[in-house]
Amino acid sequence: MIRFILNRLLLIIPTFIGITIVAFAFVRILPGDPILLIAGERSVTPERYQDLIVQFGYDRPIWVQYWDYLAGIFQGDFGTSISTKRPVIRDFLTLFPATVELSVCAILFAVTLGVPAGVIAAVKRGSWYDQTLMGTALVGYSMPIFWLGLLLIIFFSGMLGWTPVSGRIDLLYYFPTTTGFMTIDALLSGQDGAFVSALRHLILPTVTLGTIPLAVIARQTRSAMLEVLGDDYVRTARAKGLAPHQVVGQHALRNALIPVVTTIGLQVGVMMAGAILTETIFSWPGIGKWMVDAISRRDYPVVQAGLLLIALIVMAVNLIVDVLYGLINPRIRHN
Amino acid sequence: MSNPVTVADPNAAPKISPLIRLREFWYYFSVNRGAVIGLVVFTLLVLTAIFAQWLAPHSPIQQYRDALLVPPSWIEGGRPEFLLGTDAVGRDILSRLIHGAQYSLLIGTVVVIIALGAGVVFGLIAGYAGGWVDTVLMRIMDIILAFPSLLLALVLVAILGPGLLNMMIAIALVLQPHFVRLTRSAVLGELGKDYVTSARMAGSGHWRMMFKTILPNCLAPLIVQATLSFSSAILDAAALGFLGLGAQPPTPEWGTMLAEARQFILRAWWVVTFPGLAILITVLAINLVGDGLRDALDPKLKRS
Repeated sequence: MIRFILNRLLLIIPTFIGITIVAFAFVRILPGDPILLIAGERSVTPERYQDLIVQFGYDRPIWVQYWDYLAGIFQGDFGTSISTKRPVIRDFLTLFPATVELSVCAILFAVTLGVPAGVIAAVKRGSWYDQTLMGTALVGYSMPIFWLGLLLIIFFSGMLGWTPVSGRIDLLYYFPTTTGFMTIDALLSGQDGAFVSALRHLILPTVTLGTIPLAVIARQTRSAMLEVLGDDYVRTARAKGLAPHQVVGQHALRNALIPVVTTIGLQVGVMMAGAILTETIFSWPGIGKWMVDAISRRDYPVVQAGLLLIALIVMAVNLIVDVLYGLINPRIRHN
Repeated sequence: MSNPVTVADPNAAPKISPLIRLREFWYYFSVNRGAVIGLVVFTLLVLTAIFAQWLAPHSPIQQYRDALLVPPSWIEGGRPEFLLGTDAVGRDILSRLIHGAQYSLLIGTVVVIIALGAGVVFGLIAGYAGGWVDTVLMRIMDIILAFPSLLLALVLVAILGPGLLNMMIAIALVLQPHFVRLTRSAVLGELGKDYVTSARMAGSGHWRMMFKTILPNCLAPLIVQATLSFSSAILDAAALGFLGLGAQPPTPEWGTMLAEARQFILRAWWVVTFPGLAILITVLAINLVGDGLRDALDPKLKRS
């Protein structure tokens, strides 16, 4: 098992290096002078320009620059934001919990609805249930989620007034950030209604971000179930007289979930892309909105670091999923 | 292979009359009701795009200053000449949507052509050449796939500059690794087969081997992937347009229309609802066709 994990770790090294090269190259292939772009200055005196060249190490060979960049990453130095003048990593760590909170809710939403929907569709294959569920799933899969988010705001916030339009919590509540997760912080603060307010703010973004993963998981669960339901051990379970719900729940579902776990893991990349749109619509202060704002403000150190950090997170999650997959499925491990 | 006579025509093995193939394909495709509906909707969209100029009641950029944010005609305050209402500067939404179909279909087509073309060439080279060429190409594709697609497209557009063409290039670049992987694995699957060996023995050159002998036999998965990429290209383009990085106003691109409409969502629902609905219907129709194609072209599913 340890060999398997080490093996996977070795395999991601080229990807890791590739990601850092892409991020490193990013500022250097931007149109315009990379030094001015990184410093965020329009016009500078020749002396200042020389200083900046030395400060950013542009006077040295490119591979030394790359090495320095890599060394900086390992020491947690991801550059300095032009607009906030703070280390990028600090801004990132402040905003990241908001994205995690939203993504976790969205994944929970997608799994709790998607897996049952897929199972029902598979068990009642070809029925009215199957067709409706899979039709809905295809609509969800084709959904422009930025539009869905706007429609939800129009209907639930505008017409019905049930949910807030944007943000993470009502402005009346104020408490210090402990975990960065608004729901947990609200509970810890002990203020009346704070937790409910945080939850209400989560509902629409969760549905928006969770829609595509929900559709993908439902479709994947259905096809995994269909495959398993035809297998010999399911027939055996049926033949020995187990009740249908036992056959489905205990024998089929457990095995069908193996590919579904991988699908769920792969959704993390999709979620990061979705977070960019969802956070922009709901003014959710996470890293997706941070990236969009950085691009429109031409805050290139932030764009560079954000690109790198998000790709590394997706890579790490995929690695974990890979290892988990090896744990539950011995056939993969021994290959 | 001991008999040299069978080597005479290296392409003979997989040949069935194209008409029979087409009929068989249509049989499996038309069983799927959704796929047929998708195809009909998609055809209508293509026709709308082609005849946009004559179908649209108004010019897509004409601003009627006396008709700002007019609701759809069936609602109180609506005007019959603006069926789906007007936007904040008095442009007819229906006319903009009709013209927008041209952009979405253009984006999908161009992106798929670039991604498919580049992906097939790289995939053929990787699979056919093997060795370090294969390793290097596939590692590069892994790296592209390591980034969330929309994020990478976003950053690429930031590098290239916002605009319709740059956006299409960015999306194509992000989508092409899927074609590379697919082509490569199909090539690897075909390489060991007898008809390839016999073509090689008949003295086919490398290019002929790649494009004339092997490629036609890997087409089925590529067609399905191309369909799915067509719809994701439209979705991603609309998303980038929505973020202000795609087609620039006053282009009636659907995503860009949504971006302009955002600030009016609580006052005028129609400026938001219809462009998004157009995106959803288009993407859904293409995905329906894609599902139908997959079922009809995948021999494994046919028998079940």
